[in-house]
Amino acid sequence: MSCTDNKTCTCTPAGSLPADGEASPGIEAGRRAFIKAGGAFATIALTPTVTLMAFGGGKANAAQESLDPKARWGLLIDVAKCGTGCSECVSACQKENGWQDTGHPETDAQWIRKVTVKNPKSGAVAELPVMCQHCDEPPCADVCPTGASFKRADGIVLVDKHLCIGCRYCMMACPYKARSFIHETLIDQKPYAPRGKGTVESCTMCVHRVDRGEIPACVESCNSTGGGAMMFGNLNDPQSDIAKRVAELTSTQLRPDLGVDPGVHYTYL
Amino acid sequence: MKQWIRQVLATALLAVALGAMAGISWPGMASAGEESTQVAAVPAPAIPEAKPGTECVRDPEFMRRNHMDMLKHKRDLTVHEGNRLPEFSLNECIACHAVKGDDGKNVTIADSRHFCRSCHDYAAVEVDCFQCHASRPEAGDTALQSSPHGMNVLALSEFLKGVQE
Repeated sequence: MSCTDNKTCTCTPAGSLPADGEASPGIEAGRRAFIKAGGAFATIALTPTVTLMAFGGGKANAAQESLDPKARWGLLIDVAKCGTGCSECVSACQKENGWQDTGHPETDAQWIRKVTVKNPKSGAVAELPVMCQHCDEPPCADVCPTGASFKRADGIVLVDKHLCIGCRYCMMACPYKARSFIHETLIDQKPYAPRGKGTVESCTMCVHRVDRGEIPACVESCNSTGGGAMMFGNLNDPQSDIAKRVAELTSTQLRPDLGVDPGVHYTYL
Repeated sequence: MKQWIRQVLATALLAVALGAMAGISWPGMASAGEESTQVAAVPAPAIPEAKPGTECVRDPEFMRRNHMDMLKHKRDLTVHEGNRLPEFSLNECIACHAVKGDDGKNVTIADSRHFCRSCHDYAAVEVDCFQCHASRPEAGDTALQSSPHGMNVLALSEFLKGVQE
């Protein structure tokens, strides 16, 4: 199916992939439970001073004082449910972080994009969202000369733009082409997502939302208006839905041969 | 002979110069005293009031001297350690010190009435924060409409200790 208007997009699995029911038994039920659980799902006392609402709970969550160093935030993307032509996640990210199209496609930032892959032998086609993979051993951080590219203790890979000199080594090093350089002067950035000319940026896994106990904007929109293909959670917590799902399903990371151990997992790819 | 003439000429010139200087400075000094020199200097900035009902984390005297170090410390805590407490955050400064423009919207740093600019222009210190950061609160964002901070003394002293390190 094609989807030109994001608002009316109803995402269905690509024809060449197994039908929804066969493809992901239990996923729908699991997702419902995951969403329904809402604020009641887990209020985990992380440290004596920090209480982080893991999921749901609305916007009234108390601001946190520090991240959870034991967590490993990650994503699980069910490619079978990622609809052809659907780009809800992309537009949600643009809206949340303010990097929308400025009419310069060659230099516009791209935090998340839809990629179409095809098996040349079978002809099977699939679409999947690709963003910063939040590697456990990020090559961008390895090559950064100033320490601006770094991995937070909870696994989120970020650019500290106060330190970034815009050399773009990290863009060269990233095997996923996940990073963008800002070429033009910007005004009216989002207060929680600072962006500026001369620095490199990429998906932050909506770190400002994660820090207040919410889920990334792409996951939220995929679950509400998209195909429900994305899941966010703590991979280090064996009780979390994402960890259980990664344990029970065969999932893969993009280019696992590189050994960078991305935090983004894909199933039915 | 020539040396004698030179000495006379130099003395005369000095006398004329002193006389001229005295002529200019005497009337001013006599009439307005110290204030006249203030008028000639750059006028002190009109610093906009903060949002009514809000209270800063410290007194203005302290903030004028130390806000840059506090912001720098808080920025590292936020970016690297995920500290999202509103106290000391740039967004909170911006929310309390927003200045309304002629169109009723909060002005950006491009406007000389902006809180940060009013002082930084006077001090001739360029402020780079807003090359990346939003210089005004987002319209309709109620999360940033700050109430009095009610900082407890312990939290403040802990933070300031971090600033000094």
